[in-house]
Amino acid sequence: MPQSFTIIFGKAVRYVARLRGGGSALPGLFVERISPSFVPDTLAQLPQGVVVISGTNGKTTTTKMVVSLLESQGVKVFTNRTGSNFVRGVAAALLGEIDTKGKLNADIAVLELDEAHAVKFVEVIKPSYSLLLNVMRDQLDRFGEIDTTAKMLEKIAAATTTAVVMNREDERIRRVGLAYSTDPSSKDLKLSYFGLDAKLKSHFPNDDDFHAAAPMQTKTLPAADVILKDFNEQGAAFTIDGNNFATPLKLKGIYNIFNSAAALALVRAIIPNTETGSLLKALSEVTPAFGRGETVIVKGQPLELVLVKNPAGFKLALESFSPEGYATMIAINDNYADGRDMSWLWDVDFTSLTNSPVYISGIRAYDMALRLQYDEVGMEKVEPKLTHALSEFISLHTDIPKRIYCTYTAMLALRKELSKITEVEMIA
Amino acid sequence: MNIYGDHGNLQVLMRRLEWYGYEPQVISYNIGDSLPDSADIIIGGGGQDSGQAKIHADLLKIGPTLKSWADNGTPMLVVCGLYQLFGRFFETLDGTHLEGIGILDIKTYGTNERLIGNIVTHSSMFGDIIGYENHSGQTHLADGTQAFASVIRGAGNNSKDGHEGALYKNVIGTYLHGSILPKNPKVADFLIKTAVKKRYGEFSHNIIDDMFADMAREVARNRPR
Repeated sequence: MPQSFTIIFGKAVRYVARLRGGGSALPGLFVERISPSFVPDTLAQLPQGVVVISGTNGKTTTTKMVVSLLESQGVKVFTNRTGSNFVRGVAAALLGEIDTKGKLNADIAVLELDEAHAVKFVEVIKPSYSLLLNVMRDQLDRFGEIDTTAKMLEKIAAATTTAVVMNREDERIRRVGLAYSTDPSSKDLKLSYFGLDAKLKSHFPNDDDFHAAAPMQTKTLPAADVILKDFNEQGAAFTIDGNNFATPLKLKGIYNIFNSAAALALVRAIIPNTETGSLLKALSEVTPAFGRGETVIVKGQPLELVLVKNPAGFKLALESFSPEGYATMIAINDNYADGRDMSWLWDVDFTSLTNSPVYISGIRAYDMALRLQYDEVGMEKVEPKLTHALSEFISLHTDIPKRIYCTYTAMLALRKELSKITEVEMIA
Repeated sequence: MNIYGDHGNLQVLMRRLEWYGYEPQVISYNIGDSLPDSADIIIGGGGQDSGQAKIHADLLKIGPTLKSWADNGTPMLVVCGLYQLFGRFFETLDGTHLEGIGILDIKTYGTNERLIGNIVTHSSMFGDIIGYENHSGQTHLADGTQAFASVIRGAGNNSKDGHEGALYKNVIGTYLHGSILPKNPKVADFLIKTAVKKRYGEFSHNIIDDMFADMAREVARNRPR
């Protein structure tokens, strides 16, 4: 089928899907069936190639940061913005950006893909750059084991042609890097790292030392191009290629701030001679991405949505945001995209919420209530139905700021409800 | 070995003991430690296959002590990876043979098939037991070995036999995560009461409100695989 026809057809399907209020992957599936080489052909046009960002936590916000940083340097970027990071989501996003002749107005594509889908993606399209963020237990019921996930990241690195940027604090990712630095056939592939100052390490446990007697001993670490030295409510300090810099940040939360080091290292690998000051200025303007610490205003008060997917992410989120002065809700679903297994809740310490009675919702509200019972955290109410819960939660706490920790599909449902009450940022 | 949320089992035991009026003390055992002279309850969790290989040699060293405690009626709960190593052996797909400590008369073979999803089982002792399984090892019970429960929905020890876990005296081996004890407080109370009666001869009269466990069970029971 001629490319032009597929594109118009695909665009029409996408328009209809949006009218019906959802479905970010259907048009992509449609195109995939009619024209399977659509994605590789379209991306092959890009002069600077494709960047793949993968890892367990932080892909979406990091991608958003990388896009902002590249655009600040005048680069035209195509990205899969919706957070549906399956290959079909990329096809759907492309359909929204190309003209009817199939031309993409961009210099480079920056794509976030979860590990399993990235492996399939790189079989067909070799990325020029890849960023490996972290390997954590995330929805074990989807991938099976952390070591399997680490192997997937190896495959992504193996397919990359120009540079691989890695988290030097993550042991499994370090091993991927080590395999490359000792492999003579990969001389042309550049490796670089982002990392943490030693004093910040206790904020970022990995799954192996979650319950171990003492945290993992530091081994010799590779030199990092960008190191996060320190941070506070206002901003952060970095060491970049040996020089010290500080910048205010709109991004909040320890994990977002560490990921900004990743974004800086990646952009420096893509455009080696950028002026650090202009990069940091662009970084200081970035706000959190879709659903990851997103804030909407409801009846004059901020309401924050904080996505939680796994123990490490939930722990960091609870540490990043003080419950004082806020009403807190936790919404836990167990649909496929959330993870079906409730075991992960038991690896999170909720005692920081002790003085803030929690409103609990979601399909598995009672599992969450059970969890809080054992941490002796007070509960305001348990209401599994999200629509009821949201409106009651808002009316119980109209005059104070509110925060909802939610799993993925709970977040989508809450955003949909919220858009009926208030203005919510349009994502696509 | 504990990457799989089985920490929930420890928390449940600790809290319930406190709520019953006792002062629990946790001793974490890691490779190379010396075992204490005695223990009232033993629990251990799952991990990845690579984790099993790491602890294996050390486990064999302490195996005889654990077995004598088991023979003496010490209550134990071992989940997934440790359940497998409490058996006769675990043979991986590539033929590696990991000797177990033989407390449970079972054997496990690694396979290509992952048995994964919500699971509901029934035990004559504890009623319905509800959790989540995720394992590619398939376990077979010897003729004289008692299963922990029979499977109502899900797989269990292997894809054919319809039973789950194994029992020996007061030792419970199981594949159930979830974690298993939070939604199945009768199992937790069995471990606790057995241990307390063994040590003190009688058990407290405190009652714990398990309403949330009951309601969570009802939801979990009806969730898709």
